[in-house]
Amino acid sequence: MDIVSKQQKKKIHPHKFTLWVAMGSIIMMFAGLTSAFIVKSNQAGWKTIGLPKIFWVSTAVILISSIMIQLSLRSFKNREMTRYRLLLAATMVLGIVFVALQWIGFNELWAQQITFKGSGAGQFLYVIFGLHAIHIIGGIVALAVMLFKAYRGSSKLYSSVPVEVMATYWHFVDLLWVYLLVFFIIAGGQ
Amino acid sequence: MSEVTHGQSGAVVAMPVHHEHGHGHHEQSFISKYIFSMDHKTIGKQFLITGMVWAIIGGLFSVLFRLQLGYPDQTFPILETFFGKWAAGGHIQPEFYYGLVTIHGTVLVFFVLTAGLSGTFANLLIPLQVGARDMASPFLNMLSYWFFFLASVIMLSSIFVHTGPASGGWTMYPPLSALRQAGDGQKIGTDLWLIAMAMFIVSSLLGGLNYISTILNMRTKGMSMTRMPLTIWAMFFTAVLGVLSFPVLLSGAILLLFDRNLGTSFYLSDIVVNGEILPNEGGSAILYQHLFWFLGHPEVYIILLPAMGMVSEILSVNSRKPIFGYMAMLGSLFAICILAFLVWAHHMFVTGLNPFLGSVFVLLTLLIAVPSAIKVFNWLTTLWRGNIRFTPATLFAIGFVSLFISGGLTGIFLGNSTIDIHLHDTMFVVAHFHIVMGVASFFGMFAGVYHWFPKMFGRYMNNTLAYMHFWVTMVGAYLIFWPMHYQGLAGIPRRYLDKSGWVSFNQFGDLDKMITVVSIIVFAVQLMFVFNFFYSIFKGRKVTTRNPWGANTLEWTTEINPGHGNWEGEIPEVHRWPYDYGKDGREYIPQTEPVGANESKH
Repeated sequence: MDIVSKQQKKKIHPHKFTLWVAMGSIIMMFAGLTSAFIVKSNQAGWKTIGLPKIFWVSTAVILISSIMIQLSLRSFKNREMTRYRLLLAATMVLGIVFVALQWIGFNELWAQQITFKGSGAGQFLYVIFGLHAIHIIGGIVALAVMLFKAYRGSSKLYSSVPVEVMATYWHFVDLLWVYLLVFFIIAGGQ
Repeated sequence: MSEVTHGQSGAVVAMPVHHEHGHGHHEQSFISKYIFSMDHKTIGKQFLITGMVWAIIGGLFSVLFRLQLGYPDQTFPILETFFGKWAAGGHIQPEFYYGLVTIHGTVLVFFVLTAGLSGTFANLLIPLQVGARDMASPFLNMLSYWFFFLASVIMLSSIFVHTGPASGGWTMYPPLSALRQAGDGQKIGTDLWLIAMAMFIVSSLLGGLNYISTILNMRTKGMSMTRMPLTIWAMFFTAVLGVLSFPVLLSGAILLLFDRNLGTSFYLSDIVVNGEILPNEGGSAILYQHLFWFLGHPEVYIILLPAMGMVSEILSVNSRKPIFGYMAMLGSLFAICILAFLVWAHHMFVTGLNPFLGSVFVLLTLLIAVPSAIKVFNWLTTLWRGNIRFTPATLFAIGFVSLFISGGLTGIFLGNSTIDIHLHDTMFVVAHFHIVMGVASFFGMFAGVYHWFPKMFGRYMNNTLAYMHFWVTMVGAYLIFWPMHYQGLAGIPRRYLDKSGWVSFNQFGDLDKMITVVSIIVFAVQLMFVFNFFYSIFKGRKVTTRNPWGANTLEWTTEINPGHGNWEGEIPEVHRWPYDYGKDGREYIPQTEPVGANESKH
């Protein structure tokens, strides 16, 4: 990869660019699902749901985790490795808490007899929020790998690119969650 | 990923030119060189060879169901020997027939003409033609192949499960595909199909991300966007289409998996199967069609655009003339790319779509004729008064143009929502898309293989076999698919196992026999191509010069067998567009040559 960076001093790093294209791709998937939701919601037999309050808590958690990773990136750039590791670990823990809270939210809905039967807002919620959680879990795995490397400290190159890529992705899945939540509040109908 | 394997090749400056197998600087093991390779050239070859295996399987399946269509009353005991209960009594059974049709469609559209075509040539050509040492992320590129391989293994295994492979047609429409009770093919086979497709989509996305960021970020000095060969532009638009449309198919497939396995009803409502009333309510099967065709239509351009790009390049090189209308070629690629996203509902004219909405889609569909016609005009004017070298690649490229015209014209029929009422789901549709998308893209792929084989393996393919391959395939393609138009106009439905129940269709009995015989011959000739390919890898005539075709593009400035990293020493700088053929009394001027003081403008 050193060649890549040498070759392209002025331009955006190819890995960052790849991530931006990938985010476009992920957006298309959720755009497909949310537009399916809109189409279905105009048809007969549509059932709405009330969103469990716990999703507000998970929103707060994921927003805080975004701040954490931003601070972590800053400490990496300032070469404060201890602080960097700590903040990175905090991000990961908050990510895990987020997924756990989503799981609790799903269980609350399930307890209200909103199961996989049917094809209303509830079923779409399980699919859409579930897929979002998978993207968060993907991020957690990446964070774990990064954390492992940070503690082993065997990297020869001191480059902030991987951390920046990680942070951008994390902000992205965070914003994606905010979009999905707002979407369900507006289109899901309380 | 901090792999620096190819970083070392950059450090090799001015090695002696005559060593054949890559950079001797660091010995790679067999596994890292040929199996888990991160070299874009090797990955391209992996895609090509896997695609060829799938093409043989998919082609063989079509021969099998053509046997049924051509000779519905005859028994072929040998089929029972090979396929057992699927061909009991030497007769292809209905379940088997639908499995064959489904797997044939899926495999050729996705595994051969998407992965095998753009996977091969995007990997091979992008870094070589834009002047990069490798892809933006060689690791993701390797993952892309291995996800494809995994998808292949799962799809292949579905053929061997007890209840048979998926058999809902390559479009996998619910409710049929969503209900296990509906038939054997809807059991585990369909689940395997969906999982294989999910893996395939991941592979395509990883590949597409790399292609886009390599083209936009890793061009060599002087390689501005408008100095890129048209192959690269075509690969770029292909990748953009894939990255934006495949995720939507994935979401459709995920909802289908939920319906199949978890009891949701996204696509299901008010259904009775074998007398059993199903509890599903509120779903819409049309929703799946929207999600599917939002990918499905761009998909046909994902298949076709790489072929268009390679044909443009090959025609220009071999007619020793600049491509006619470079900017018009770019503009039309762009227009096709945009329109590709706006026409999906023309696959759904008879689903009860609002006729006023339908007329909008008719208009947008017919608009595609404009950029398509521009491209055809430019190919013909590139050939016009050229000093044409009829290499096998040239012939296949010209064949592509021929097929694209014939198949494109029937698209105008089908794009009209009123005529489509009569023609939809008939053999006319089969004829149309096989000519314009299937065979035409295959011709583009063959042209590409013959043209870049010397770059891939440092040897030539056998020309005599190649010419035989071309003529038989060309004549055969028209003999197979042209008559199907008449069958379709007469109303013969596609996907039917046996139409002998309709007296009015009996007039086509001999025609169907003829089509079957020709398709067997054409299939045999493709096997000859495969033989030629593998034989030539080991025994073909060796390439002795770096630039055997006298082409301008960068891939011919590398060594005959380039190692990982592509160029010894510095990456060459680019000074001009790639189509300076027959200029100022010179046959060709490579892109690396600076523009002279007295040079005329193009």
